[in-house]
Amino acid sequence: MPATRLLVNRQNREVDVSPDTPLLWVLRDTLNLTGTKFGCGAGLCGACTVHVEGSAMRSCITPVSRVVGKQITTIEGLNNPTLQRAWVEEQVTQCGYCQSGQVMTAAALLAENPHPSDADIDAAMSGNICRCVTYHRIRRAIHRAAGDGRHAS
Amino acid sequence: MPANRREFLQTGVTTGAALVIGFSLPGKLWAAQETQTPKPPISPFEAWVHVGDDDRVKLIVAKSEIGQGIKTTLPMILAEELEVDWKQVEVQQAETRPDIYPHLGTGGSSSTRTTYADLRTAGATAREMLISAAVAQWNVPREQCYAEDGAVINRQSNARLKYSQLVASASRLPIPPAGQVPLKKRADFKIIGHSTVRVDAEPKSNGTAQFGLDARVTGMVYAVIARCPTFGGRVKNFDAAKAKASHGVLAVFPVEAVAKDVHSAGGIAVVADSTWAAMQGRRALVIDWDNGAHASESSESLRNAFESAARQPGKPVRNDGEVEKALAGAKLIEAVYEVPFLAHATMEPMNITAAPGADRWEVWAPTQSPQWVQTSIAAEAGLKPEQVIVHTLLSGGGFGRRYMADFPTEVAQIAKVVGKPVQLVWTRDDDMQHDFYRPAAHHHMSGALDAQSRPLAWRHHLLSTSINAFWHPEEPAHASEIDGALTLPYNFPNLRLEYTPVASSVPVAWWRSVADAMNAFATESFIDELAAAAKTDPVQFRMQLLDPARMVKDPESKDDPGVSTARLKRVLQTAAEKSGWGSPLPKGRARGVACHSSFRSYVAEVAEVSLNDDGSPRVHRVVAAVDCGVVINPDGARSQTEGGIGYGLAAALYGAITVANGAVMQKNFDGYRVLRMNEMPEIEVHLLESDEAPSGLGEPGVPPIAPAVANALFALTGKRHRSLPFVVQG
Repeated sequence: MPATRLLVNRQNREVDVSPDTPLLWVLRDTLNLTGTKFGCGAGLCGACTVHVEGSAMRSCITPVSRVVGKQITTIEGLNNPTLQRAWVEEQVTQCGYCQSGQVMTAAALLAENPHPSDADIDAAMSGNICRCVTYHRIRRAIHRAAGDGRHAS
Repeated sequence: MPANRREFLQTGVTTGAALVIGFSLPGKLWAAQETQTPKPPISPFEAWVHVGDDDRVKLIVAKSEIGQGIKTTLPMILAEELEVDWKQVEVQQAETRPDIYPHLGTGGSSSTRTTYADLRTAGATAREMLISAAVAQWNVPREQCYAEDGAVINRQSNARLKYSQLVASASRLPIPPAGQVPLKKRADFKIIGHSTVRVDAEPKSNGTAQFGLDARVTGMVYAVIARCPTFGGRVKNFDAAKAKASHGVLAVFPVEAVAKDVHSAGGIAVVADSTWAAMQGRRALVIDWDNGAHASESSESLRNAFESAARQPGKPVRNDGEVEKALAGAKLIEAVYEVPFLAHATMEPMNITAAPGADRWEVWAPTQSPQWVQTSIAAEAGLKPEQVIVHTLLSGGGFGRRYMADFPTEVAQIAKVVGKPVQLVWTRDDDMQHDFYRPAAHHHMSGALDAQSRPLAWRHHLLSTSINAFWHPEEPAHASEIDGALTLPYNFPNLRLEYTPVASSVPVAWWRSVADAMNAFATESFIDELAAAAKTDPVQFRMQLLDPARMVKDPESKDDPGVSTARLKRVLQTAAEKSGWGSPLPKGRARGVACHSSFRSYVAEVAEVSLNDDGSPRVHRVVAAVDCGVVINPDGARSQTEGGIGYGLAAALYGAITVANGAVMQKNFDGYRVLRMNEMPEIEVHLLESDEAPSGLGEPGVPPIAPAVANALFALTGKRHRSLPFVVQG
């Protein structure tokens, strides 16, 4: 099988996997980037969210063949200290398992819409499940990162 | 009844001595561990406090972090008495060494409650030993010395010795007896009671936190198991040819079901060089299942079984006054409440990694019970428990599911065959279809008021698929099911609780808040029905019935203090005030209230609801008042309450595991719907000041939410919702 060439976190990587392998498992099992999580395997929970060319994508249902040559960013390669600091300051996390996906989805939202409303946040974030139910703190953290001063509400 | 029969599980362990695994009936777990024979004291410097040369202080946490923030809360208690600056502190997970840490199990909202005193003593003991070391070095009177910010200070000379300079000599000193170690006054607390950033907040925001599934061991392989969808089903025949030919597959073989203690399903293991390859290999398996004896069970057949069993009286477990007589002469109010099976649905599916060896295994486990992981793997491997090194990793949610030993047993079965490190992965389907579910229950409620609309009688016939019947058939079936119903806090002169177990093949176990949520839906809804019948405000009605202030005790428990009606009343009153109870709301909205004590904590919640266009409920705001005694980390306490409310709300709105042909019908988050961000209410948590000993908070937020919403829906529409979930999926 010819090697598949990927561009992950600005680095060129070659992997030897079957082309239908979901990106999630290439990241986790082949490239050892375990920050991206397995939650449902069906694009239903968002724990596996990464950026492909800057857009949030569900890596568990994205065959690796579809992202060859594209810019893939995982939580390990996300450089968004403002957002990640806001996550800490709002004490968002509980178990934390979904939070890589939450942060990646929020980062993509803010890149597209620097000052999202509550409704914008709901629309962008409702595909990401959190069983600890930290949603209201996620919302506050996004507002805080946007510098909207609404996190105090 | 001996204390341990009612109060915890005893899990037989093949290595000999019975091990108390202690996930238990609410309010009393861990009692066994608390009363174990005292051993010679272990030095706090061995068990809890490691001072480094660089003045960093490593504090050990001997409970599992499953999201509840225990990795922060418990070290805060140690650090408080130890007198170190929180900034100096690093937290390290305890090794699975029951000789040092006999209480490693995490469950029943018990971690803070049962370790608060011991951890304070351990921290204070270390502090006093460090002071003693300084006293000896300076040769000054002890009164002249005190500890602060990781150093001992000489009041007169202002000389200062850092803990790092003292620890070597301090740890050689005799350990002072626990009773003689002075503890700090609450007024002097600098850490306890102050919101503290979780130690895992940053790694959980940048992807570096290591969960169970993130364990990576050199040379490891990955495995999945094909399990019979029907409970109790077994492999009849299988054809592995295609699976073995699948890319990356290394081995395919059967694993036995282990019924005793473990309740693992067994099936066909597929081992491969990646998780995906293992999953693909499993898809290629051809398996002929023997569906076993339970293939005809369905949600409908179970419902019929409940209804048929309800026609006979149950076993009386509480009987005050003369209920039948009181009911006979009165106008009866009757209602039937139903709750379905529920899955835990942790975000991280079950998984575990094991590296086998001839006389030493190493295991990486996201578990609530590292000790049971150790003993169950040792049993499979034919080793002594101490030959199995278990590393407790972060759990992506627990909620009770990660207490179990089914997945540890499975990984041991597989690792024995492949002889190399293996990570067993459960897919979401596996996780949802082979959970140990929250029991299904029916509640037949009868009540009566007297001519002045005062409460006269309450009869609660509880029927459920008992946890004890599944795990401990030798124990009374009712004992695992009645919490929250048994100690009904309302003052009825005639009150009866009856119990009937109903048989089912569906495995059941402890689900966040256990029987309390199952029962509070019925009790807190039905008390609302009686309030409506009495034409009294639901808050007022409850307040009257909580008088006089008293402790409602569980007659079968020796150590449980019972439910304080005064504390319950206080949270109820606070939630009512803070929610603006009685004040006008926008058209189309209404409030409902519920209060409940569980795990020795007290929570009242007021929910504000409206209806969506499709008629489904929309919860806008929940105001909670909480009394959990002394609060260690206030923001953590709020966070746990918020999470409990959200977890309970998800179940109340959507949660239902249904059964057809002996198998669970839901496979993923499409069939088993959970709460999402756009459905999230505002939550306001009010923590009450309290001098009571700390009690649990992982679970007590859950029970009141379903009845609070049901009561709000009644206030809004005049229709009673007596069956969960509120939204039934097609």
